[in-house]
Amino acid sequence: MKGADIIVESLKQEKVEHMFGYPGGVVIPIFHALYNAPFRFILSRHEQGAVHAADGYARASGRPGVVIATSGPGATNCVTGIATAHMDSVPLIVFTGQVKREQIGNDAFQEVDITGITRPITKHNYLVQDIKDLARIIKEAFYIATTGRPGPVLIDVPVDISNAEYKFSYPETVHLRGYKPVYEGHPGQIKKACQLIENSKRPVIYAGGGVVISNASKELREFVKKTQIPVTTTLLGLGVYPETDRLSLEMLGMHGTYYANHAVNESDLLIAVGARFDDRVTGKIAEFIPSAEVIHIDIDPASVSKNVPVNIPIVGDCKQVLAEMTQIIKAPEIDEWLAVVDGLKREHPLTYEKNDKGRIKPQFVVEEIYKQTKGDAIICTEVGQNQMWAAQFYKYTQPRTFISSGGLGTMGYGFPAAIGAQLARPEKRVIDIAGDGSIQMNIQELIVAVQHRLPVIIAILNNGFLGMVRQWQQLFYEKRYSHTCIDFAPDFVKLAEAYGAVGMRIDTYEEVAPALQKALEITDRPIILDFRISREENVYPMVPAGQSFKEIIMRELLA
Amino acid sequence: MASTEGDIRQYVISVKVENRFGVLARVASLFSARGYNIDSLTVSATEQEDVSIMTIVVQGDDRVIEQVKKQLNKLINVIKVTDHTDLPTVEREFVLVKVNATSSKRAEIYQLGEIFKADIADISPKTITLGVKGDPENINNFIELLKPYGIKELMRTGRVSLLKE
Ligand SMILES: Cc1ncc(C[n+]2csc(CCOP(=O)(O)OP(=O)(O)O)c2C)c(N)n1
Repeated sequence: MKGADIIVESLKQEKVEHMFGYPGGVVIPIFHALYNAPFRFILSRHEQGAVHAADGYARASGRPGVVIATSGPGATNCVTGIATAHMDSVPLIVFTGQVKREQIGNDAFQEVDITGITRPITKHNYLVQDIKDLARIIKEAFYIATTGRPGPVLIDVPVDISNAEYKFSYPETVHLRGYKPVYEGHPGQIKKACQLIENSKRPVIYAGGGVVISNASKELREFVKKTQIPVTTTLLGLGVYPETDRLSLEMLGMHGTYYANHAVNESDLLIAVGARFDDRVTGKIAEFIPSAEVIHIDIDPASVSKNVPVNIPIVGDCKQVLAEMTQIIKAPEIDEWLAVVDGLKREHPLTYEKNDKGRIKPQFVVEEIYKQTKGDAIICTEVGQNQMWAAQFYKYTQPRTFISSGGLGTMGYGFPAAIGAQLARPEKRVIDIAGDGSIQMNIQELIVAVQHRLPVIIAILNNGFLGMVRQWQQLFYEKRYSHTCIDFAPDFVKLAEAYGAVGMRIDTYEEVAPALQKALEITDRPIILDFRISREENVYPMVPAGQSFKEIIMRELLA
Repeated sequence: MASTEGDIRQYVISVKVENRFGVLARVASLFSARGYNIDSLTVSATEQEDVSIMTIVVQGDDRVIEQVKKQLNKLINVIKVTDHTDLPTVEREFVLVKVNATSSKRAEIYQLGEIFKADIADISPKTITLGVKGDPENINNFIELLKPYGIKELMRTGRVSLLKE
């Protein structure tokens, strides 16, 4: 069997149903083998789009995303997508073509050292040097990408390997001496953690993307049911605990709710589950949680005690650890604390200044999306203000319904990711909440959604600015809007139509709900909704970068 | 909870790795990505054909080295990471020194060499090249004593380090 066929056969063994990618010289043999492969191939229009789509597919489904690109520019176009997946622990298998083995290192046509380039942004990568290793490498790649703390794995395949002949046998097991992820938490640590919780007075759970990844939302809910401890989540943790529940504090961090940040700041015990104390969460690290002890449950030992000292580290899978803790724990006595938390929620709700006339407030659009979809959609986001409003004003109740580039903050991520999510979950409505800047970064993928009749809705919160940067310029750089005005813009309605999608422009409040209803009725093509929003609306609350909770800005300061 | 800056000191880290393509680059880049200069790094064959041991000597502070060790452990091809810094070990290193040796100084240099059990690797009209093995401390002393004669060239292999039984 040819190497190219070994790749396709291996993907069959891994039960791959969708593959994303773009062809080129050195991968033609692999595309030749893909011609009648029994899984769906999605041809992107840019390799970055392919990787983000595979990433969105993986986040929406929990299964690994699979990508193929050619050598040289095809491979380098994948880099941003791979880095995005790496930062957010998303399982991907990325195949890149490589020049013939004998040409490697000669600056051959379309040669780049992609294993070198991606070494710091993959969980692992391979250059296939012998056809005998090919099937084993693919087996290992899937195993490594999907176990422990997941992540992208890249396999660089020289074209002569794709053309070489070898017998196909897919290994049943993998043998990796240096890779043995730990799933079970240490029982002694679990017991100690439970004691600490039982004696705490002001505990808060801080749940992150790890809870989504380990499918531990149910276990988290059971743990909270038994202990009644309030829960805040990170951006990537949205949905692991229903935000509609009394015990939910919603998101914490730079643009988190006042009550989440306040409660964490006041807490005497922070229980971090599958979260990594990112600087967007902690702000000024020296003043973060002044009076709290910390329990940290995470599968990645390198995440524990990295940014914040931890009293009780538990290395293991959130799902198992939470289940075990729920079994043995007794509820702490925290009625007083819950009353405080209730009060905080009542007194400092998430708000914005409503105005019935004038340009639409973006928060209103997001609230309306929540209403019209009954909170049952999958929301993808771009990066910037749109991302934060999407996080704040839509209430997430299920895991894997909020898909966003958290760690890398990649503009242009949301739309291709929405394509992947829609393919993974055809029964769901998928909406990309976008900015007018970000959407232009991967708009070429619109034709992919049209071709595959994917009814993804792109809701552009169009402020004519690179809004989040403009906000920083307004607040911290004397309002000098240096190169952030982008009102020199395409007509998004015509653009949609040119691609064969539906486009609508929404200028007034009255038009918002009808436009959304109309969009939701369309089920056979993508829709662009161009919401003309209030141009200089800011995201609040805001803890300025590198500052502590004390510095929180709640609303517009009058000049 | 303040994070404390630790003191900078020298660490000796022993990394057992699968002998695969790219491993050295992966290991080295974990240090360089943090702006750490590696004092020495040796890659040694072991009693197992497909396993090598890297002995890395590096300056750093506690917290960062702790993190680097965890990151090393995350590398798929890394089998085991052991911090030898504060453990009982035997360490050896080898040095080659080419030293100026005018005829009047030759005898002294030979004598010095004998004390350190140096092997005389090469002799030329104006220089002598000596090779010495020993623990790193010993080699430092040897080099110090040769300095007054004028060292023309010097190369140390970097140390290898084994835990004591
Ligand atoms: C690829 C990339 N380039 C630059 C940035 C820096 N950046 C962060 S937010 C932002 C503005 C985004 O503008 P827009 O998409 O219009 O969204 P808004 O903030 O207005 O909602 C920029 C430029 C980034 N995150 N990603």
